[in-house]
Amino acid sequence: MRPILMKGHERPLTFLKYSREGDLLFSCAKDHTPTVWFADDGERLGTYRGHNGAVWCCDVSRDSTRLVTGSADQSVKLWDVQTGTQLYTFNFNSPARSVDFSVGDKLVVITTDPFMGNPSTIQVKRIARDPADQTSDSVLTIKGPQGRINRAVWGPLNKTIISAGEDSIIRIWDAETGNLLKETDKESGHQKTISSLCMSADKSHFLTGSADKSAKLWDSRSLTLLKTYQMDRPVNAVAISPLLDHVVIGGGQEAVNVTMTDRRAGKFEAKFYHKILQDEIGGVKGHFGPINALAFNPDGRSFSSGGEDGYVRLHHFDPEYFSIRM
Amino acid sequence: MAAAALSMPEIENKAMNLGIDLSTIDFDNIVLPPGDDFGINSDDEDILHEEEAPEFETGYGNVIVVDNLPVVSPEKFAKLEGVIRKIYGQTGVIKEGGLWMPVNPDTNMTLGYCFIEFNTAQEAKEAKEKTDGYKLDKSHIFVVDMFDDIDRYMNVPDEWTPAEIKPYEAGDHLQHWLTDEKARDQFVIRAGTVTEIFWNDARQVRPDPVYQRQYWTDSFVQWSPLGTYLATVHRQGAAVWGGKSTFNRIHRFPHNQVKHIDFSPGERFLVTYSSQEPSNPRDTHRVVLNIFDLGTGKLMRDFKGSVDDFTTGGSGGLSGISWPIFKWGGGKEDKYFARIGKNAIYVYETETFILVDKKSYKVDNVVDFSWSPTDSILALFVPELGGGNQPARVSLVQMPGKVELRQKNLFSVSDCKMYWHSNGEYLAVKVDRYTKTKKSTYTGFELFRIKERDIPIEVLELDNKNDKIIAFAWEPKGHRFAVIHGDGPRPDVSFYSMKTGGITARVSKLTTLKAKQANALYWSPAGRFIVLAGLKGFNGQLEFYNVDDLETMATGEHFMCTDIEWDPTGRYVATAVTSVHEMENGFHIWSFNGKLLYRIPKDHFFQFQWRPRPPSLLSPEKEEEISRNLRKYSKKYEAEDQDVSLALSEQDRKKRRALQEEWETWTARWKQYHEEERELRLQLRDGEASDDEGSQEQYEAKEVEAEEVLDVHEEIVD
Repeated sequence: MRPILMKGHERPLTFLKYSREGDLLFSCAKDHTPTVWFADDGERLGTYRGHNGAVWCCDVSRDSTRLVTGSADQSVKLWDVQTGTQLYTFNFNSPARSVDFSVGDKLVVITTDPFMGNPSTIQVKRIARDPADQTSDSVLTIKGPQGRINRAVWGPLNKTIISAGEDSIIRIWDAETGNLLKETDKESGHQKTISSLCMSADKSHFLTGSADKSAKLWDSRSLTLLKTYQMDRPVNAVAISPLLDHVVIGGGQEAVNVTMTDRRAGKFEAKFYHKILQDEIGGVKGHFGPINALAFNPDGRSFSSGGEDGYVRLHHFDPEYFSIRM
Repeated sequence: MAAAALSMPEIENKAMNLGIDLSTIDFDNIVLPPGDDFGINSDDEDILHEEEAPEFETGYGNVIVVDNLPVVSPEKFAKLEGVIRKIYGQTGVIKEGGLWMPVNPDTNMTLGYCFIEFNTAQEAKEAKEKTDGYKLDKSHIFVVDMFDDIDRYMNVPDEWTPAEIKPYEAGDHLQHWLTDEKARDQFVIRAGTVTEIFWNDARQVRPDPVYQRQYWTDSFVQWSPLGTYLATVHRQGAAVWGGKSTFNRIHRFPHNQVKHIDFSPGERFLVTYSSQEPSNPRDTHRVVLNIFDLGTGKLMRDFKGSVDDFTTGGSGGLSGISWPIFKWGGGKEDKYFARIGKNAIYVYETETFILVDKKSYKVDNVVDFSWSPTDSILALFVPELGGGNQPARVSLVQMPGKVELRQKNLFSVSDCKMYWHSNGEYLAVKVDRYTKTKKSTYTGFELFRIKERDIPIEVLELDNKNDKIIAFAWEPKGHRFAVIHGDGPRPDVSFYSMKTGGITARVSKLTTLKAKQANALYWSPAGRFIVLAGLKGFNGQLEFYNVDDLETMATGEHFMCTDIEWDPTGRYVATAVTSVHEMENGFHIWSFNGKLLYRIPKDHFFQFQWRPRPPSLLSPEKEEEISRNLRKYSKKYEAEDQDVSLALSEQDRKKRRALQEEWETWTARWKQYHEEERELRLQLRDGEASDDEGSQEQYEAKEVEAEEVLDVHEEIVD
């Protein structure tokens, strides 16, 4: 089917997130306003105004009532999804890079960038049921990894926190004590900055994408390397299909390396790989800048991509997609 | 590591006996006491020792000794000094106080020699070259030596001892790669700092590694014309490698700062070239050319001079020399080599390494020449002179003897380019002529039939005379040629044959393909097939064309492709993107009919080169017979192909099954965890009942047919 082009952002996209039911799509961009769309027809429902910097990441609660957003304005904000009202603001002294609700939505894990002498941190905040009771106290603060932590997510049963970032090492932390439990070694791990991390629906495994032109699939309990998908371009965004054994990987040449002659030179397609066989299935063209964000609809029948070009492209799969034989 | 060194298990045993835990030792940090290698030879040690003894800076490299000066009394001392200063002041700058003429303290007469110190060693060398043998007068002929050399000469033993005759050692089997059972071809690639050699295993659709080495060469690698050697280029000189099982160094050719190398077509000689920045920016570059015998590694002749001596002819221009300087002639026997000079062509013979007939071949204003690839025939081009009063001229000259076989005068010519057929049968001369207004040019071809009596010449003009010629190429082993011509963004491609019309053969056009995205022609070395390639602006469009049947076999694209090369048998085509671009680096291998077999991406990809093969030993009749009975021979190979492809698909199936099974064990484990943790998860969600994670949700697509009656009315059909 023809993709739906969603033009609502004025700056490059940074993150995409579907609600659990798959009816809403939240998008974050370097302009300051996260936006919510109908995931079916791409109609814009509304924006969340209040941030004063690029918004790097967001997450939505399981009941689709709360949205949490992390921004370069050194704050993480909690929103009412339906009305767009700001419920609470967590302030930090450096930009917030990633946010993720725990199972049960009572906790949120936030990463902050190294900034003005402050090291990067992973912080856990408790989310109160009633916004009036909300405090800004951190339940847990983890410091240690060098450089930016691009993504931190909850492991199975909120027992662990999995982080990845500029030092190209994936780490699993104990979510109670903040102790380092596991980390990837040089041989199996990524060689360059890890740009993205995506959990499977049951949190049993996750996919990471890196500037070393590869994406890797890991077991989230043992941190065993399961698969490697070799690309010919730096990877900015990854997503796992909840329905089929597919993964989608996006990225592109960095702007400095892009020639002006031909759009193909940039390799801005989203590439589909068979999750188990690691073979390329196909590609979806369209963006004219690197892909920064990818997300599958929870029903696995559509996916959306956000690019450096400022567009969100919403793709509903054709029936043939579901009968691809490898 | 040398054979004398311990093997790894031995080392481990020894360490155990001594009670050392090897895993705690960082081998890279161990530094041997200087001067002691404990009997372990490094790979490159012999290079260090054998290579031209490194220049020890004795500090006298810039000093020369001039002998055979007149012996003079103190009265004439100043005058002689003045003369010497005058002579040597021309070649370089003499250091202050750098001229010293010793005097015999008893007689107060000079001793007949002096020392001169220059600013640089290079100036000293030049002074030595220029003035050694200089005649001051009849009885005083200078003998000039480098000061550093004196010691060496002193050490020459007075008595001659016969050179030790080494026992004969059987050489390596240099042509072993030709005996490959699967008749595969090799190629070399250079990416990053690694040089690798592979078999092109098209049946397995992948390259099969043969040998690889890091930092093998300082700049590039090059196969010799018959594929026997691989040459590497280093700061100290060139080296050639080859052999049966792996690549061993066969010879080294010392030549400091070597920049270019060139093999003679018959692999008898190697030419190396270097140029040196002058110390005085007003001077020209100094050029050194060495010609080595490839079989023995001996230096046969060297040429030295300023770059101007080697760039005449005009085509080189300011940019420097046009490589190769020496062009080889006389077919595969490498009988002659020649270079162009001002108003002359210098032809040398390889028997003696001196000029043929001891003098150069004078041709006024000659600007270009080329050898026939098979015979000792030179083709020369002399441009128009005197504003058109003297026509331009192309002539064919037989060597030795310098007999002019054929000559053709051409009028109002702006430029000429010569294309020899690889069999030496034809010569095409592309002639750009001025139109009457002299404002633009048009192009025609003069076609020489070398092997026919009196060498008939035919003139060929394109259907549209004004078309620009973009590319021209002869069919190897054939009688056809292809031309890309046209002005627009999509030029035409035409094919011509030299053999039509019975006994008195005429050139005729076979076909013209209109509006092709092509700007380069690549004939298969076996003829018949050609790749029309659109490089650069066309972004790598490829068309595989069969000229026998005049039909396109396939089209393809290798995006941003920069280089195309057929394998020496004409079975495969390699297309490569080298690191002129940052991106897409790597190469693709295609079958002759345009099927993409495999692609290998490589970052920082510099070079792809097929290993050439020597010409077939089969006679043309025998080849003919084989191609007639091809079906008989091909059966065996087809069966082999089938076996391989069956084995491959079986392998593939097995691999897939293994992957699938492995994955299933993981998912089973995850499912189990998921079930076990269900209760805990419910607690975390405050007992929210539904546990669907999105993925478990079962959608069911049902097709529902609904009928609705919109309207009913009756009509009578007659």
